[in-house]
Amino acid sequence: MNTLRSLLLWCTLLLGLPGTGLAQQAAADDAEANATWQQVRKAMFQGRDITSPAPDVISIEAPDRAQDAAIVPLSIRTHIDQRAERYIEKLYLVIDNNPSPVGAVFHFTPASGRADIETRVRIEAYTHVRAIAQMNDGELFMTTRFVKASGGCSAPPGKDITAALANLGKMRFRVEAAADGKVEAGKPALAQLMISHPNNSGLAMDQLTRLYTPAYFVRHIQVSYAGEPVLRAEVDFSISENPNFRFYFLPHGEGELKAEVIDTNDLRFESALKISPR
Amino acid sequence: MAVRTLRASRAGILVTVLAVLAGAAGELLATQPLPVDELGPGVFVHQGRHQPWAATDADDVANLGFVVGSDCVAVIDTGGSPATGAALLASIRAATPRPVCYVINTHVHPDHILGNPAFAALEPRPRFVAHARLPASLAARAPFYLHALGRDTGATAGAPAFPAYEILVDDSLTLELGDVRLHLRAWQTAHTDNDLSVHVPERGVVFLGDLLFSTHLPVIDGRLLGWLAVMDALSGPNGGLAGHLVVPGHGHPTSEWAHAFARQHEYLALVRDRTRQAIAEGRGIAETVEALAGTGIKGWLLADDFHRRNLTAAFAELEWED
Repeated sequence: MNTLRSLLLWCTLLLGLPGTGLAQQAAADDAEANATWQQVRKAMFQGRDITSPAPDVISIEAPDRAQDAAIVPLSIRTHIDQRAERYIEKLYLVIDNNPSPVGAVFHFTPASGRADIETRVRIEAYTHVRAIAQMNDGELFMTTRFVKASGGCSAPPGKDITAALANLGKMRFRVEAAADGKVEAGKPALAQLMISHPNNSGLAMDQLTRLYTPAYFVRHIQVSYAGEPVLRAEVDFSISENPNFRFYFLPHGEGELKAEVIDTNDLRFESALKISPR
Repeated sequence: MAVRTLRASRAGILVTVLAVLAGAAGELLATQPLPVDELGPGVFVHQGRHQPWAATDADDVANLGFVVGSDCVAVIDTGGSPATGAALLASIRAATPRPVCYVINTHVHPDHILGNPAFAALEPRPRFVAHARLPASLAARAPFYLHALGRDTGATAGAPAFPAYEILVDDSLTLELGDVRLHLRAWQTAHTDNDLSVHVPERGVVFLGDLLFSTHLPVIDGRLLGWLAVMDALSGPNGGLAGHLVVPGHGHPTSEWAHAFARQHEYLALVRDRTRQAIAEGRGIAETVEALAGTGIKGWLLADDFHRRNLTAAFAELEWED
């Protein structure tokens, strides 16, 4: 009897699948129509126009399918120079079908050199992934990619819960330099920031106690160069375990490149590099 | 109007699906046993098909086993759906009238544990056994597995999909089934962070779960370097495999396990070395996955499903090396 009951329950579960499939198909066809996006758009951009696509301003690289649901590499590329008179001030990363769709908001300045960002995200379901650039005059440009969810046993949480906590706050911070270890003044230089952190969603429920693990993730990142901000970001648990960012800054004379990271428990992690460009 | 038509046709689909499922439910009452091989006296294995797990049509993809002792039976992994678990239970019933006293899960993946409900319903209820780190991993992953099963589309929460574990192993443990003992060993993070092996000394058989893949491409969902270290420990003089028949999580059971180990080691070591090289050259993760997409996969099944994923996981792990 119990077996039959659990089978029937299970069958009820599976009934949902054809419907979900239809919805996903529709979403793939019409990126603008996605209900979550419509809500996000209304909340964040009200009735403002958004130019999309805008290949001269912004594009996004992502795999067609999330190979590992926990680590999906994304590259947001921008195609305009960060000049004082016209630059990308903000980049919004939106993953429509994740539990918290606004995965990150990045803030740039002319000192960023370029407003590109590479990072890795968790992808929970078939979804549109969007990057929206806001210019310093408020103009908006969007690029969209559809990413299929992973198959098999891959899941968005991390792979080694114990290790993630044991290494908490460990950082790697480096700059891509020429063979002599130097970057060139006046030319955007690529930096990479890695933070060891579980970046928990808080959506994991203990099957026995029915209690949720508290959310615990990196929420704020600030990078400055010679005291001037080059990157600021508000991020959440859509970013993969051990958050990893590649971004640019514009070297111009001796200075310290300094990264500060704050998590949801208000722990603060710091790392700094001496930059002496050629 | 279009919406109405869609609704009407979906209702039609639902009715059809319900009818099919009602038929399936009727079948379950007379569940067909899974085919099993008797590897030694009282040691049975069912070999899953080589497919990536999917809730709907690929729920029988992992190797499942059971060991019959003079007192009772231990089950080692239960399959990728409650129906597969029920079919495994039917195979056990066909082999012995003795009660099932333990259900052991070799790790958290759904193709190995979603058959558990079929055994939780038994009276007396068997005790469920796993690596001490399995419950935390399951808690983090269960919502995703359930999503994959369509649960969040309206079914009741709290269905008995993940029975509780009574026995957690953080190092090693011996269980007795009467005249047969099972030595359980909990490993450091390897294929997953909760791999458990089951050694049956009286029968000369070792169940390695997904610490060993044969034919089916190995899948990294824990720690690549940890996995290579565990393989060294297992295949070394103190690994306990000498003279034993080894049951991988996927692929044929074999007494020529050294060959299977060598194949898996070759693949994992190549992924490690090439990924390390790409990181040292300053390459990015996406670029590296693309560049190595064809490397090392010759002779393996399911490379299209898992190789890029392995490279992604390897890169994210190895970039933290000193």
